[in-house]
Amino acid sequence: MIPGVDGFMYPNEIELQWGLLIVLYPYITGLVAGAFILASLERVFKVEAVRPTYRLALLTALAFLLVAPLPLQLHLGHPERSFEMYLTPHTSSAMAMFGFVYLWYLTVVLLLEIWLDYRADIVRMAQSTTGFVRLVYKALTLGSENVSPAARRIDDKVGYTVTVIGIPSAFLLHGYVGFIFGSVKANPWWSTPLMPVVFLFSAMTSGIAAVLLLYMASMKVKKMPIDMRCLDTIGKYLFYTFLIDFTLEMLDLVHRTYEADESFRSLDFMVHTRLMFSQIVLQILLGTLVPLALLAANQLWKFSEAQRRVMYITACLLTLVGIFAMRWNVVIGGQLFSKSFLGYTTYKVSFAAREGLFTAVGLMILPLVIFVVLVKLLPPWAERKSV
Amino acid sequence: MGLRRIFTDSGHLIRPAVVLTAGLGIFLIVRALVIPKAFGQYGHYRPAALDANRQRPIAYAGQNQCVLCHDDEAKTRAAGKHAHVACEACHGPLARHASDPAANLPKLPDVANLCRRCHEKDAAKPPTFPQVVTAEHSGGMLCNACHQPHNPHL
Amino acid sequence: MEISRRDLFTVGGKLLVLASVGATLEQITGAEPAPEAYKMADHWWGMIVDIDKCIGCGNCVRACSNENHVPGGYFRTWVERYQVSEVDGDEQPRVDSPNGAIDGFPPTTRAGLKSFFVPKLCNHCAHSPCVQVCPVGATFVSPDGVVLVDQSYCLGCRYCVQACPYGCRYLHPDTRTVDKCTLCYHRITQGLTTACCESCPTGARQLVDFKNPKDPIHEFLRHDMVQVLKPYMATGAKVYYKDLDGSVR
Repeated sequence: MIPGVDGFMYPNEIELQWGLLIVLYPYITGLVAGAFILASLERVFKVEAVRPTYRLALLTALAFLLVAPLPLQLHLGHPERSFEMYLTPHTSSAMAMFGFVYLWYLTVVLLLEIWLDYRADIVRMAQSTTGFVRLVYKALTLGSENVSPAARRIDDKVGYTVTVIGIPSAFLLHGYVGFIFGSVKANPWWSTPLMPVVFLFSAMTSGIAAVLLLYMASMKVKKMPIDMRCLDTIGKYLFYTFLIDFTLEMLDLVHRTYEADESFRSLDFMVHTRLMFSQIVLQILLGTLVPLALLAANQLWKFSEAQRRVMYITACLLTLVGIFAMRWNVVIGGQLFSKSFLGYTTYKVSFAAREGLFTAVGLMILPLVIFVVLVKLLPPWAERKSV
Repeated sequence: MGLRRIFTDSGHLIRPAVVLTAGLGIFLIVRALVIPKAFGQYGHYRPAALDANRQRPIAYAGQNQCVLCHDDEAKTRAAGKHAHVACEACHGPLARHASDPAANLPKLPDVANLCRRCHEKDAAKPPTFPQVVTAEHSGGMLCNACHQPHNPHL
Repeated sequence: MEISRRDLFTVGGKLLVLASVGATLEQITGAEPAPEAYKMADHWWGMIVDIDKCIGCGNCVRACSNENHVPGGYFRTWVERYQVSEVDGDEQPRVDSPNGAIDGFPPTTRAGLKSFFVPKLCNHCAHSPCVQVCPVGATFVSPDGVVLVDQSYCLGCRYCVQACPYGCRYLHPDTRTVDKCTLCYHRITQGLTTACCESCPTGARQLVDFKNPKDPIHEFLRHDMVQVLKPYMATGAKVYYKDLDGSVR
């Protein structure tokens, strides 16, 4: 009897290959894509109400995008060989192509858009600050200090175009991650054409929720008033996105249950035993149904500002937990059952190992640290002058 | 005039374009220097990997090697039921012995466990395969007390 | 006895002639001919596994481990024991593979069941899904049909381990690269057979070369009932099973 194994597993399947860090990776890239889509709501779709979060969303996306490769590097058996993906990318491999999508998104979309939007502020700060910070700002100007109205208008037009390109790029960024799983025919838990779409909508949900929370936190820290119209609008879009995400996930579930193919008996058993807490309790009940109820309530009835703030905070925190649980259920769940459909194994998260819990927590705190640095360097709001 | 105006106002856009192009250029140069030789010759892999996989040490000599010296045992075996059982199936990996016989003397097989591994009666084994319940069959005696391993049929 | 010089010359001469003829003959037909260069294009490797002959002795697993220094707890090949219920068609078979069957199996104790052994290994698929997903080209199908890993190039991302439907890949704990059955490439390119086939006492495992017109695979495919594992995956598996039961996963 092998500890942790019920029934039969192929001998090499007993130990999980993709662990907590690989759960973290789609979670982080999802936050990036979602934050960017929120930013594009204002820029491209002219939802003026969410303007206060535009720059914040871009900085959130950047902070998380910079951290995204780290869980992968820590997971690799030979991280020093990871540049091989750029040297000899195998074009039939979604993982290889993702390396280029990532670079494209980082440089041509995100960094360019941030630069174009912040240029006037960067030039101003390059002229008004001193010391080491001044050097940083000077470098960021890329040598041009032309901030005439005409130049700014061009920045605006180009920025608009970059955002328009950025939307499908963001879809590609996270859709690809979904495809990395969805295209593995060997694994029936992963292999579905719905996977990239489900990943994308859950990404948007988590990203919007993250920006909403960061906005409220930033306003609290900066002692600035929260724009409730902005918050309500974000809440509305969060509700719609989440609804679509939930519908898609239920569609997958219903479809599986109805068709009941060879894998169904095994997967059903796995969900009801090993994934009971993470899928039924965390993902569906607490992580989806409760936030949806809170958000739906706000669409149906009027609540006071204070009440709404509490509801939004609760809904967003639960959403972030729920979407993390969804990533866990896909990545870990996909490896808990045997490809023979005759057995199950267990995943034990280590604490202090390279791919352990402490590393994961560190990797989730790091983007917040980078975010704080970015906000200090490139303030999203006009500074209030004290009287 | 309008065109020159456009150039002045959008001149700063050249800068990120230059940065990106320079980055791309550096990448392409580094790639050309670092990419493994002859990659892609047979397919999307390093051809040197084929050689690396071929140059592993050998542990089992193969019965054709054994037979070159152990001619008598081979003849005995060929006449009996173990004719298709390779020497190293029972005697273990002996490539080192084959390359330097005196220096690498093999140990005799552990008869108590060796024969049983194949011939102990089991419901999952093909019914036509010769198998016995060894406790009843030999009453604890070693198999080679009666059976000659190279030609075991009595 | 007195030997005359004449006799010495006659006998000596004959001996010399005989020796040189013998030496020449040995050169032509000899026990150790000069090895021919191995040409990949002349071979397309696979394997036949005959379920009716497998006795679950585990020789193959031990041989592979010895030949290829397979780390303990990981398996390039293994044997599964199936115990199929004869009573209810809907029952799941009972399957076990104690430590990959490296020490054989404990006695089969369930009465009234159909039971048999199934050796498994990398199927060296012609349309391998593991090769398809490798991001850098560290695993590949060789020109002679063997799926190999480039140990100096593999990143250890384990995407191929996820993509293999048969569970034949693992991450080597020491090299931290992916490892798997190489069809004993270092042996078959020198005219030897694989370690598992060499040590199989019943001939349940046989190395085959599709490009060899005299290879038994051709008769086998023509006359016997043939299966590959998970045919619906369309992997182009080249390990062919004879008399494989439908319950085998």
